[in-house]
Amino acid sequence: MPQGDYLGMTLTVLDLDNENLSYFQHCADHDFHLQQCADPDCALIRYPPGTACPWCSKREFNWVPVDARGEVHSYGEVHHAIQPAFRERAPYMILLVELDTQSGVPTEHEALRVAGNLVDADGNFAGPELVKQVGIGSRMRMVFADVAEGLALPHWTLDEDAAQPDSPWRYPQEVNGV
Amino acid sequence: MTTDIDTTAGKYLRDKYAIIGVGETTYTRGSGMTTRALGTWAIKNAMDDAGIPASEIDGMMSYSGNDSTASPMLAGDLGIRLNFYMDVQGGGSSSEALIGLAIGAIEAGMCETVVVFRSMNGFSQVRIGGTGARASVPVGGDALHAAAYGWFSAGQNFSPTFMRHMYDYGTTPEQVAMVKVIHSEHASNNPKAYYKQRVTVEDVVNSRMICKPLHLLDCCVETDNATALIVTSVDKAYDYRQLPARILGVAGRVCKPRIDMHFQHGPISTVAGHYIKDIIYRNAGVGPEDIQCTGAYDAFTFTSMLQLEDYGFCKKGEGGDYVSSGIMRLGGERPNNTSGGHLCEGYTHGMNMIIENVRQLRGEVDCYCPQDDNGKRIHSYNYAEPAAGGGCRQVPDLEITQNLGWAMPGTGSSLIMRKG
Repeated sequence: MPQGDYLGMTLTVLDLDNENLSYFQHCADHDFHLQQCADPDCALIRYPPGTACPWCSKREFNWVPVDARGEVHSYGEVHHAIQPAFRERAPYMILLVELDTQSGVPTEHEALRVAGNLVDADGNFAGPELVKQVGIGSRMRMVFADVAEGLALPHWTLDEDAAQPDSPWRYPQEVNGV
Repeated sequence: MTTDIDTTAGKYLRDKYAIIGVGETTYTRGSGMTTRALGTWAIKNAMDDAGIPASEIDGMMSYSGNDSTASPMLAGDLGIRLNFYMDVQGGGSSSEALIGLAIGAIEAGMCETVVVFRSMNGFSQVRIGGTGARASVPVGGDALHAAAYGWFSAGQNFSPTFMRHMYDYGTTPEQVAMVKVIHSEHASNNPKAYYKQRVTVEDVVNSRMICKPLHLLDCCVETDNATALIVTSVDKAYDYRQLPARILGVAGRVCKPRIDMHFQHGPISTVAGHYIKDIIYRNAGVGPEDIQCTGAYDAFTFTSMLQLEDYGFCKKGEGGDYVSSGIMRLGGERPNNTSGGHLCEGYTHGMNMIIENVRQLRGEVDCYCPQDDNGKRIHSYNYAEPAAGGGCRQVPDLEITQNLGWAMPGTGSSLIMRKG
């Protein structure tokens, strides 16, 4: 049973939680995979892990590698942390990154929007200077935080190889320097 | 799909049930008693309000996502013999849904008159905001995709929805702050409100940032309290003390696609009200233009705005204009949360907003207006604060109200009532 301490929390993937076991094993391999519906007429990819296809209800699926890059669709920026270990990391960003893969599919407003915190290229929580640079429209790539054998969490960092918007959209009021 | 629903009155029970009694405890931080004692207190107040004896109540329902006491305990304490009870899991948006289920239970012949209650020490026992002991629980299963990121409390969970609305439509912090400003005006005239102080837009946007885009004053108050209401059929409803609030329609826990993470199915700045409106207005036989007073769940300033917009009280994207226009102020065209709601009166997971609308429909909200010899308020309809010679919060000539219950961006409920 993958289990480890992470920022003061005990993270656990239960042995019978097959979907999350595979998801986090791929993350631990630093090789992002998602479930793809096994029906060739559907073949849609889904996130977060689930037990059937949200579009055609088929239970069978395959794990497929997914290019873990995309654009910030929205975010929250936490200044008053609740969980104890997050307090020293505040202000921290919760990013919702829309993957380039399957964006606007099968309908205009649907997409794979993958959550994660904003971290630097080494996987450390972003400081205020980096937080200030990121907003809606920022181009991101995935990095992984290793937690335990079979368990790593995906996070997001600025994609150095991508063209970034001149000024990504940020909440208009600056607070605590960000 | 909902366009196929046959909403003829006979099938959908429009106008055939009513709320005959409402009651609550005081709204405190530190009740000094159990949720059992709180619940008993609120239910007894609702029974006294209706003038109904224990022998004429035979159903009880409650909901909780944190602390509570189960129905049979409270029923036993109060001498109520139950033919039906059900205590379900759930938070906001449950109150309207349970009223609908109570109607169903009565209609099925399982019982005749049902108490719906919510009892919680939301400040002193299990903090609604997720702080204290709640913040240190182990993280597994689906929470690995959320809580592990410090994406945990309601405000944190909803923030991408709120933020995206600002991006999509240019909604400003100052516009949304007006929800708190207006609800604080209403609360200043409410003797029961926990926060009675009127605040300004500057107070809201200069208050401590909790989670962008939410300042402290964009967030509701955490309180200890219990709330209760009594539902029965219209053929019995007029046997009791109060003018019944008749139920025109109800919709319960209507969901967007993919509520496990509704962000996958956009637009993420659209909430469940987008789907609820097709059910509730057809069931009730009225439209948003007929609603004179709303109770739009205000766990946060943004939740009132998003719902009012998606139910069609204004055009999509114009919620910021709607909430800052003065329409929803007492004296305005369609007041919202005339008790001060969750932002000011107290946090009850939605019940107090229904209780308020029941009293509004009776023409008997509690305020600072003088009382006649029978204790009835002689309403002045002067909505200035008491020190300025006002103190009223009764809406005049009120016929139809609507409650807009919120669980999360992807789930909500609604209730439309008329004066009995």
